[in-house]
Amino acid sequence: MSVSASDSVDDAGIRRRLRRQAASITVAVAPFGIVFGASAATAGLRLFEAVGYSVFVFAGSAQFAAVEILGDGGSAASAAIAGLLLNVRSLAFGVIMAPALTGAFWQRALMSQLMIDEATAVGVAAVEKRHRRYGYLVGGLGVFVVWNLTTVLGFVVFSNAGDLIVDLGLDVAGPAAFLALLWPRLADRRQLATAAAGAAIAVALVPFTPAGVPILASMLGVGAAGLVATSSVNEDSSESESAV
Amino acid sequence: MSDALIVLVVLAAGTYVLKAAGPLALGNRRLPVRLQSLVDLLPAALLASLAIVSTVGDGPAVTLDARLVGLVFAGVALWRRAPFVIVIVVASAATAAVRVFN
Repeated sequence: MSVSASDSVDDAGIRRRLRRQAASITVAVAPFGIVFGASAATAGLRLFEAVGYSVFVFAGSAQFAAVEILGDGGSAASAAIAGLLLNVRSLAFGVIMAPALTGAFWQRALMSQLMIDEATAVGVAAVEKRHRRYGYLVGGLGVFVVWNLTTVLGFVVFSNAGDLIVDLGLDVAGPAAFLALLWPRLADRRQLATAAAGAAIAVALVPFTPAGVPILASMLGVGAAGLVATSSVNEDSSESESAV
Repeated sequence: MSDALIVLVVLAAGTYVLKAAGPLALGNRRLPVRLQSLVDLLPAALLASLAIVSTVGDGPAVTLDARLVGLVFAGVALWRRAPFVIVIVVASAATAAVRVFN
């Protein structure tokens, strides 16, 4: 990874693009932070508890699930298990992001708290390790700040934010952002096939598994298929592919 | 301690372990070549499943509704090389419009 003059011009452009993507995805997350704050209030949490979830758990879907279950009178155990099940996918995100998140132990420990869908999505959209790290960090920090601010806003101000999100079509902002991050990869045939297979596995599992599992399963399924495929080609060709 | 607080502590600790296992355990080591090429491919499956599940997932059911129209419009916008923000605005507007006319 040598940096020449033209590389560094390019570098600034790539970083600018990553910041723009991070900003968009952060804006897309804001309405859901409001809904989380509002539903935490409805479920009877105190404000410091709601913010505690957004700071220390910091995983949107798991927070929603846990608070929903508590609000419906479910047990603490079922709320915690549901939340953890939703987050098993962050284990896979961690394996994907690890090569880009190098540094001292404490740095890796701090960066890991940002291991959410959005940070990972912006990170993996970049090609080089340093850009993956940059995208992950700006995406993760942006969402962290906005998620916590909107949690407070939702808790204090909004009670019917869910209806507003549906009326404005903002529930499709997240999926559209993920599609936009996926888009450049689809020009490559192998990536396209992987994306199609992953999407098919995930949709097929939605009716039969708890939320969060379809996404994890699509990565595991595609990963297993990939291991079988790469072990059948010789080491030379797999080496040249991974050098990209 | 309230139930909400107990769940908060357990969920935060458990979630952190899941988040940090990769970066902390794999550390600064290089992945084996074969695993590396796999890791280059997995994001495509991840991004595709995130996009599609949040478009057609409705609790445990698969539902084709206004969200899918929004995602198709996002695809068209991307195909026309629209910037990231525009893609999201177009998708949301299309979804909202379908809901108004239904």
